[in-house]
Amino acid sequence: MKCSIGIDIGSTCAKTIVLDEEKKIVHRLLRPTGWSSIDTAREIRSSLCDLGVDMDRAAVVATGYGRISVPYADKTVTEITCHAKGACYIHGTGDLAAIDIGGQDTKIITVAKGAVSDFLMNDKCSAGTGRFLEVMANTLGVSPLDLCRMAAEGGNTTISSLCTVFAESEVISLIGRGEKRENIAYAVVDSIVQKVASQAKRLGISKQAVCLTGGLCEFDYLRQRLAAVLHTQVEAQPDGRYAGAIGAALLASAL
Amino acid sequence: MSDYVQMWKDLGMDLENHDMLCQVLPTAVGDVFLTQENRPKAMDFWDLVISEVHGIRPAELVQEQKKGRKVFGTFCVYVPDEVVIAANGIVTGLCGGSQFWVPGGEEVLPKNTCPLIKASVGARLGKTCPFFRIADMYVGETTCDGKKKAYEILGEDVPMYVMDVPQMKREKDILKWKDEIAEFAGMVERFTGNEITPEKLSRAIHLVNEKRRALQRVYDCRKSKCLPISGRDALLMMQIAFFDDPARCAKMCNRLADELEQRIRDGVSVVPAGTKRILVTGTPLAVPNWKLHNIIETSGAVVVCEEMCTGTRYFENLVDESQTTLDQQFMALSQRYMKTNCACFTPNTGRIEDLLRMVREYQVDGVIDCSLKFCCLYDTEKRGVSAALKDAGIPVLSLETDYEDSDAEQLRTRIGAFVEMLND
Repeated sequence: MKCSIGIDIGSTCAKTIVLDEEKKIVHRLLRPTGWSSIDTAREIRSSLCDLGVDMDRAAVVATGYGRISVPYADKTVTEITCHAKGACYIHGTGDLAAIDIGGQDTKIITVAKGAVSDFLMNDKCSAGTGRFLEVMANTLGVSPLDLCRMAAEGGNTTISSLCTVFAESEVISLIGRGEKRENIAYAVVDSIVQKVASQAKRLGISKQAVCLTGGLCEFDYLRQRLAAVLHTQVEAQPDGRYAGAIGAALLASAL
Repeated sequence: MSDYVQMWKDLGMDLENHDMLCQVLPTAVGDVFLTQENRPKAMDFWDLVISEVHGIRPAELVQEQKKGRKVFGTFCVYVPDEVVIAANGIVTGLCGGSQFWVPGGEEVLPKNTCPLIKASVGARLGKTCPFFRIADMYVGETTCDGKKKAYEILGEDVPMYVMDVPQMKREKDILKWKDEIAEFAGMVERFTGNEITPEKLSRAIHLVNEKRRALQRVYDCRKSKCLPISGRDALLMMQIAFFDDPARCAKMCNRLADELEQRIRDGVSVVPAGTKRILVTGTPLAVPNWKLHNIIETSGAVVVCEEMCTGTRYFENLVDESQTTLDQQFMALSQRYMKTNCACFTPNTGRIEDLLRMVREYQVDGVIDCSLKFCCLYDTEKRGVSAALKDAGIPVLSLETDYEDSDAEQLRTRIGAFVEMLND
């Protein structure tokens, strides 16, 4: 069987998708990127071989920050294009708006007839990204997933700094003041939601159904808050985290 | 550039630090320019000038100063070169385009200042640029708050004259700019000791118009579907135009245009057919800032036009050559310069009209609107620019960057995605 493989090496996680000839997902691989994208790419290759994937016949497309570190890729494509294709696959439509909150980047993409029509990425700073959530969760001594669960129980607190470094100091001050952890967690999630929503509105996304992809799409409370702030429906699918890898695999199948 | 050590010493430069700057330049030139294939032969002139950028032209300027001529350093396309030339003065651009000078500027400027201003101040105070040492007088202008305040700092170290650029384009503003030009002419006469006569100003107007026509000819060649020159090479020509002798600049640009026109007739293109054509707009790209063009042109697209000060704003629109009195000539100058559409004006709808026209003329597939960090004016205008172009069906990518290389990969992702979008 000739497989199509998409490898999305993000700043935090490396996602791999293997499609069969019918473009059905046959394998999903998820692993931390670690400190070396090159080692990660090598390990992905041996994992795929262990799974019985015929790497010599497979077409491989790499995407994400580490895309240039996959020596066996037949092609590299940016994560914008891949996420758009992947979101269309996951949500079964060619016309959508996708918000992808990743470890280092937040991407807002509009797609028409299966092709990117416009996009926006956050600037260099990590406000409104998974990294922001991760740093704040560490400060509170919980996992990012637990932070989101706690946030649902909190309220009435805000963090005003967008900069991760300053926001962390703010969180520490809140802890020092004896603020409830749930309230601080609420403020952290709210900060991300506000930042992402303002980017989405900048691209004209409002009152339009939005597909949430990327690592943070699994955090249901964050999804609900985003929907409330954007006054629209925000959908997430279990494979949302793999959107970039799915898109890359679809592009590989066309090689 | 070792032949120029004595000159640099005489100019009071910090040779040790300057050596560090000289070391990185050849690599940058090699990576950005010499790796290109099928370049026009006439680019050899600009390759030579850039390889000895702190040598050849500075040596000429020093020679002319020995004959008693004065050198005026400028920072903006609103300062009328014609007036200086009419008084037998020389104009040289002074905008700093290298990260090398930024830390020096940060010693005296707030950190939220654009890198162009930081680099310009750093180049002067750090004594590592011969042009900044040579200029007898700096001529500033009020096109942004950062520059206005920076000129006060530079004025502590070098004779500084500031022209007050209007902020709107009403009839009374054109008259006001005419008065500013007349006052500037008086200062230039006193500083050079040379009288400006209508005959001399007329010759200067013609000389600078000839340079504009030559630059326009090169740009006209970039409108062709068969693209005879890369954006990087055109940008280099444009950047050097700010430093060069205007007559030689016109001659070299015309020589280049001759070759490009022949290339178009012969069907010689620097890119494969179908390569997406990008118009770059926004803040200026001062030497040696080639980051944006280099990333675009190594991401599968090509730059066909720059709607910026280091681009069309420098040469579009000619000065009326038929006027015969100084008063009329100053008015003609004001009318020409006030047609330049800078974001310091409100409203600045002319820039959007220019962009829509250029998108058609240069057969553009997508626009990249890029401003330097902390340039509030161009950053704010992005919204209107993007809306107008998108309304006209032209995809736009808005970016912000500075002189550091640290965001190169982030830019590459955004630009790469934009090119993929245009190709899809």
